[in-house]
Amino acid sequence: MPSLTIDGKAVDVPVGTTIINAAEKIGIEIPRYCYHKHLSVAGNCRMCLVEVEKFPKLQTACSTVVTDGMVVRTDTEKVRKAVTGVLEFLLINHPIDCPICDQAGECELQNYYMKFGLHKSRFALEDKVRKKKVQDIGGQIVLDAERCILCSRCVRFLEEVTGTRELQFFRRGDHSEISVFPGRPLNNNYTGNLADICPVGALTSKDFRFKCRVWFLKAFPSVCTGCARGCNVEAFFKGDILYRYKPRVNEAVNRAWMCDFGRLEYKKANNARLLVPFVREDGREKMMSWGGLLPQVAYRLKDAVEREGPDAAAVIASPQSSNEELYLVRRIASDLLGTKNLAFTSRVPGDGFSDGFLIRGDKNPNSRGAQLLRIPGGPAFDELVVKIAAGKVRALLLFGDVLGDLTQEETAGLLSMVPFVAQAGTNEGPVSAVATAVLPIASVAERGGTFTNHAGRVQRFHAGFPPRGKAKDTIGFLTSLANRLGAGWAFDGEASVFRALAATEGPFAGMSYESIGSLGQEAKG
Amino acid sequence: METVLTTHFADERYRFIDTYRGFGGYEALRKAISMPRDAIVEEVRKANLRGRGGAGFPAGVKWGFLPKDMSRPRVLVVNADEGEPGTFKDRRIMSRAPHLLVEGLAIACYALTIHKAYIYIRGEFVREAGILDEAVSEAYASGFLGKDILGSGFDLDVTVHRGAGAYICGEETSTLNSLEGKRGWPRLKPPFPATIGAFGLPTIVNNVETLSDVPWIITHGGERFAALGCEKNGGTRLVGVSGPVQRPGIYELPADVNLRHVIYDVAGGLRDGKKLKAVIPGGSSTPVLRADEIDVNFDIESMAKLGTMAGTSGVIVIPEGTCMVRALRVLMNFYAHESCGQCTPCREGTGWLRKVVGRIEAGEGRPRDIELILDLCDNMMGRTICALADAAAMPAQSFLWKFREEFDRHIRDRKCPYGNRF
Repeated sequence: MPSLTIDGKAVDVPVGTTIINAAEKIGIEIPRYCYHKHLSVAGNCRMCLVEVEKFPKLQTACSTVVTDGMVVRTDTEKVRKAVTGVLEFLLINHPIDCPICDQAGECELQNYYMKFGLHKSRFALEDKVRKKKVQDIGGQIVLDAERCILCSRCVRFLEEVTGTRELQFFRRGDHSEISVFPGRPLNNNYTGNLADICPVGALTSKDFRFKCRVWFLKAFPSVCTGCARGCNVEAFFKGDILYRYKPRVNEAVNRAWMCDFGRLEYKKANNARLLVPFVREDGREKMMSWGGLLPQVAYRLKDAVEREGPDAAAVIASPQSSNEELYLVRRIASDLLGTKNLAFTSRVPGDGFSDGFLIRGDKNPNSRGAQLLRIPGGPAFDELVVKIAAGKVRALLLFGDVLGDLTQEETAGLLSMVPFVAQAGTNEGPVSAVATAVLPIASVAERGGTFTNHAGRVQRFHAGFPPRGKAKDTIGFLTSLANRLGAGWAFDGEASVFRALAATEGPFAGMSYESIGSLGQEAKG
Repeated sequence: METVLTTHFADERYRFIDTYRGFGGYEALRKAISMPRDAIVEEVRKANLRGRGGAGFPAGVKWGFLPKDMSRPRVLVVNADEGEPGTFKDRRIMSRAPHLLVEGLAIACYALTIHKAYIYIRGEFVREAGILDEAVSEAYASGFLGKDILGSGFDLDVTVHRGAGAYICGEETSTLNSLEGKRGWPRLKPPFPATIGAFGLPTIVNNVETLSDVPWIITHGGERFAALGCEKNGGTRLVGVSGPVQRPGIYELPADVNLRHVIYDVAGGLRDGKKLKAVIPGGSSTPVLRADEIDVNFDIESMAKLGTMAGTSGVIVIPEGTCMVRALRVLMNFYAHESCGQCTPCREGTGWLRKVVGRIEAGEGRPRDIELILDLCDNMMGRTICALADAAAMPAQSFLWKFREEFDRHIRDRKCPYGNRF
């Protein structure tokens, strides 16, 4: 293991480590634009120049591999002048249109200017090279060529990660710019990442453009619910509105990326939400209070069991629910109602597109969790549908906003066979259009818990803000319902449920929120 | 004086293989393949042959950088992308004596066990590319290239590849990228081409003139070649003299020839009774010398002592009556146009220099512009992947240091004292 000193601080690092990473290890941040941990080293921005003893010239910290006994300095006058010089060069042809730039507030040109620059401009304004602004280059991205500092991160991303190579450099010298080839816009499912990796405001997100200044946003760690990959995300919100997802680095799951579909998943927490409990009587919706509706749901389920036996009640679980929720749902079905009619399906309307990279065919975040918690899936769901269609189910408790891959008409047709359908869902959809009782529950941004991804990795998501409207945290709602069915539960929040679950469910044995941490933990089996 | 390269340049048929062979051409190759490979490399090392592309790196040492391990095929790339303003020596070799290059590269390939060579020739050299193509075909037809060369069992395939018109593609790692069909951007080093070069293979990149010296070295021995030059640089050099001299052209001269002798005797001095004002000694990127500084030997070390470089030995003669600000503007336009745009200091710095020097010449200079230029040069030099930023900054600095009063006068008088005449 080579040991070296950086600014007088000693550090030991594995063979092959570069100076920039060795410095990071001891808390010294070397400024960089082109360097990105998940891309190849380009060494072209020249921002990370450092002094290395015995080298006459300054060296790029991103590309220089450390050697034993190396003496590195990042704090000398020579380095400072070089870094300030590079920053000045980057800014001369930059439009400095921060007031109308979405990147403002999270822009590395702004950050490093405050840290290393603070120089007065020596450049004649009329000499600025003008380039084309506001170019729709396809995907989720708008390009502003003037703001671009030509760091090549985007070009490398499209070469090394997606392999689609839509962006390239055109022209030379200070007229250099990145662009797509004529008639060949961005054409991959990961374009949103370009806005994330762009250190400046050259590549911005069409979806987020002009929506909110970033300093008004707060963030919390979450997990994308768009498919079974469970990409780790940072969810940004203001008030009770989500504004965007950005990938959160998790080498084992999504590295630093996420797909374009997942990136827009946040909208489900904002739009077409179920916010008030209601019942449907004679085709008319009647708003209810939780206190008024919950006893009805409990009564109708119990009533069906008491009159026609346990199998007159049925529960359809959702792979959109958390492990904690699914555990409680199973216990309600099996222990309290005693019905064998419990099932879930991973099928959803749509094509189930997958790409062998991040996007999984299963569009649910927790199908694996449902399996590990022994909720019957696959044929069990189809059998339950047959039973429902045959009119054998008198009361149905249904989780989620869709019923497998059934169309709106099929859903309506099937559910018309059940005298009482209670839906616990987050969004308006085919089920809420026909359910007898609708129980609005908290979105993924408003509640916490864990999902188990396709590979069996248990990952936590967190509540960023309280449930909107009259929506209710699922665990609270399930506990109240169970207690009305005679359970006597005393769960208080998802953590208490997870403790109970880990104590009895083999695959989760020995796990805790602490051991899962922020990056997840593999379940057994 | 004994000449290595230009001996038969006057013979227009020397570019054809029959004439070339009539003067003993390809005998060096025949001799080389009878020698142990190491002995050839040793001969080149003894010749004290330094690269003629401008940097002057010892050729024998460079050849030694190839990995010993032979598991990967190796490649030779001939850098024929001669683009440095003021430099036109390789062009002369390729048009007058293409077989010198072909024979030299064949010997090098044999010595280094290379079976594939590319001649990367500047795109604008349309005529020379044609001549080279023909020479290569002739060499194939005569069994000096291709399979089983001269019955030795050694195979060598040569491809002439034309560039697409970028100065930067003469930088050896850009050459390799361009050859691979990529954008001509210099590569970050390490890895060096000798380890990972063209198509990821160990690669030697040599200049045209360097390889053209090799047949003579093999025929006459390295020591004799070394003796033609000076202590630190063996052999002769092709010196190109341009500007208003009596006899502009290419001259083969000892590596340590006196610079005044080159201009006043070899090239016949200035035309029309003009007086000398300045000399750019080794191609446009080398720092300029004042007229009183040229009584000096033109070898690499003597030039370095003067703060300039022998470079490609393209001597640009500048007469009295030339506006040095305008001359620098021409150079700055060139470098701003040719910067590849990869590294920040070069991309932005060359463009900025062009604008500042341009406005001084236009009579719109600002009082602090000279300090600004010097500071920009300081922020560019040694801060980039390749040497183009230095190549732009060195002339800018030296023009200011040596002709400062002209720049001051432009700014003070708010006009060019030389008027609009060039």
